[in-house]
Amino acid sequence: MSAVATLPDAEEERPLLKVSRLSHYYGSRLGCRDVSLDVYPGEVVAVVGESGSGKTTLLNCLAGRLTPTAGSVEFRMRDGRLRGLFSLTEAERRLLARTDWGFVHQNPADGLRMTVSAGANVGERLMAVGDRHYGRIRSTALDWLARVEIEADRIDDDPRAFSGGMRQRLQIARNLVTRPRLVFMDEPTGGLDVSVQARLLDLLRQLVADLGLAAIVVTHDLAVARLLSDRMLVMKGGEVIEHGLTDRVLDDPREPYTQLLVSSILQV
Amino acid sequence: MTDMDDARFPPLSNSLPRGERGPVGGSGAGADAGVELNGALSPLVGESGREGAPGAVLDDQANLRTYSFAYLDEQTKRMIRRAILKGIAIPGYQVPFASREMPMPYGWGTGGVQVTAAVLGPDDVLKVIDQGADDTTNAVAIRGFFQKTAGVATTTRTADATVIQTRHRIPERTLQAHQILVYQVPIPEPLRYLEPRETETRKLHGLEEYGLMHVKLYEDIARHGHIATTYAYPVKVEGRYIMDPSPTPKFDNPKMHRSKALQLFGAGREKRIYAVPPHTDVVSLDFEDHPFRIQTFKEPCALCGAEGVYLDEVILDDRGGRMFVCSDTDHCEERRAEGHRGALSGESR
Repeated sequence: MSAVATLPDAEEERPLLKVSRLSHYYGSRLGCRDVSLDVYPGEVVAVVGESGSGKTTLLNCLAGRLTPTAGSVEFRMRDGRLRGLFSLTEAERRLLARTDWGFVHQNPADGLRMTVSAGANVGERLMAVGDRHYGRIRSTALDWLARVEIEADRIDDDPRAFSGGMRQRLQIARNLVTRPRLVFMDEPTGGLDVSVQARLLDLLRQLVADLGLAAIVVTHDLAVARLLSDRMLVMKGGEVIEHGLTDRVLDDPREPYTQLLVSSILQV
Repeated sequence: MTDMDDARFPPLSNSLPRGERGPVGGSGAGADAGVELNGALSPLVGESGREGAPGAVLDDQANLRTYSFAYLDEQTKRMIRRAILKGIAIPGYQVPFASREMPMPYGWGTGGVQVTAAVLGPDDVLKVIDQGADDTTNAVAIRGFFQKTAGVATTTRTADATVIQTRHRIPERTLQAHQILVYQVPIPEPLRYLEPRETETRKLHGLEEYGLMHVKLYEDIARHGHIATTYAYPVKVEGRYIMDPSPTPKFDNPKMHRSKALQLFGAGREKRIYAVPPHTDVVSLDFEDHPFRIQTFKEPCALCGAEGVYLDEVILDDRGGRMFVCSDTDHCEERRAEGHRGALSGESR
């Protein structure tokens, strides 16, 4: 079966991100509980569930934006060693966040600098890691704008002058320019109309395949999960209730809640 | 002398105590022009004059001195000095301090005045410049303020001064080891317009994440074809902190590099003090393919003929007439006294 073939061989490949028994509470209120998950290089994992099911809390914990109440998140650094995310210094964590990771926000305005040009938005990470050659930064920015289908003559425009779909593509370019190994996406297609969504998904799928990215995509849209992901987690009430290959979960849901979720969407 | 009459510029220069140490009891009306209040506090300042006997004023007046020296009380000065020492220990780092209200509005140099008050001693000779000139409102007012409250000698000659408070210029004459340059700073945070959150900018400084600063320079090149930032040009101090050199023209940035003089920066409204100790590396940021360059001027100073100095444009009439003259008035006057002449200096003769 083709879906199985795309799964990396656990013997050969070691997980890029290792999450064990992760819980987060907002005071006494539950965010997410007891989540364990391994993400392998080049694999896309979708986290689905309804609003308030703890998807975004989980994502923020994985990306180091929230400190979990319990459990651990470990990331395999370039030297091949697994490091606990919260044992890193803040400087190391931030360096990781702007080199090896990307974070695509649902609202592009959260992930972009709205007052500087598209080229500077794409170039910021390069400059942050020490690139000091204007011509090189600019040609890299042009290259990335072309990859996300933004015309070259828009390079000096503010993202404020861009449509929603273009902003989202710009945000993706900005995140991928340092060739991260792991990208977190929070509802990357939220708020876009259907045709723009389709193009964006196409683009994302292509980029993920080309660059061999691992990605964790949070979405409430099962169609997005179907198109992008290899595996998926279904969350409800802060817990993972079902976990498996995307096709298996969507075609043969086991949990009553997953069955409800799958049956409540339009056919894809 | 005739230079000044001839020059007609700056118009105020005739009424100022040019080159005099200690205008108190100095010659004529000029000395009091900028400092009318002098008389009101004469017991404090002393009529006796102090040429030749610096410090004598203090002894004479010790019993009269119910005021603190140099306006601020001793506890405040102590607090400011601690901030200054910390700033010197960590070059380029912005040290928060409990800025006081000063008898002048924010934006007029409240930070600089506090730093000056904290470092000034009775033997110091103070020079105050505003955009390079000794005779503009801000300079005259602050010089008068310290004449009144500290009774120190003042001068307009860079070479004679031990403490120079400046707004937006560094004197053309190379500063020496015994001199202190105090800058008035409006916005100490170089990352401010890129990152509005103070919590975040402090973190960026702490973690040395300065990519953002280059984003600003990138934007300049993208929009103008070259780095169009001409003042408050960001610098890296001693290979660590990015610093705003206050709104001095970038022309002056190279003068900060390994300067023999101590440089102190005070921002009163923003409550920050920072410092560049003597012989410290101060490097202007740039790109490899767009290196840092200072401004150049096509013509020399119209009064003294100086080249390679920073010039101000002066509009002469409403028909497009203009002249370029030294922004550093003391430098210009010294050169003219040495006999240098510019294109317009002899016109009325």
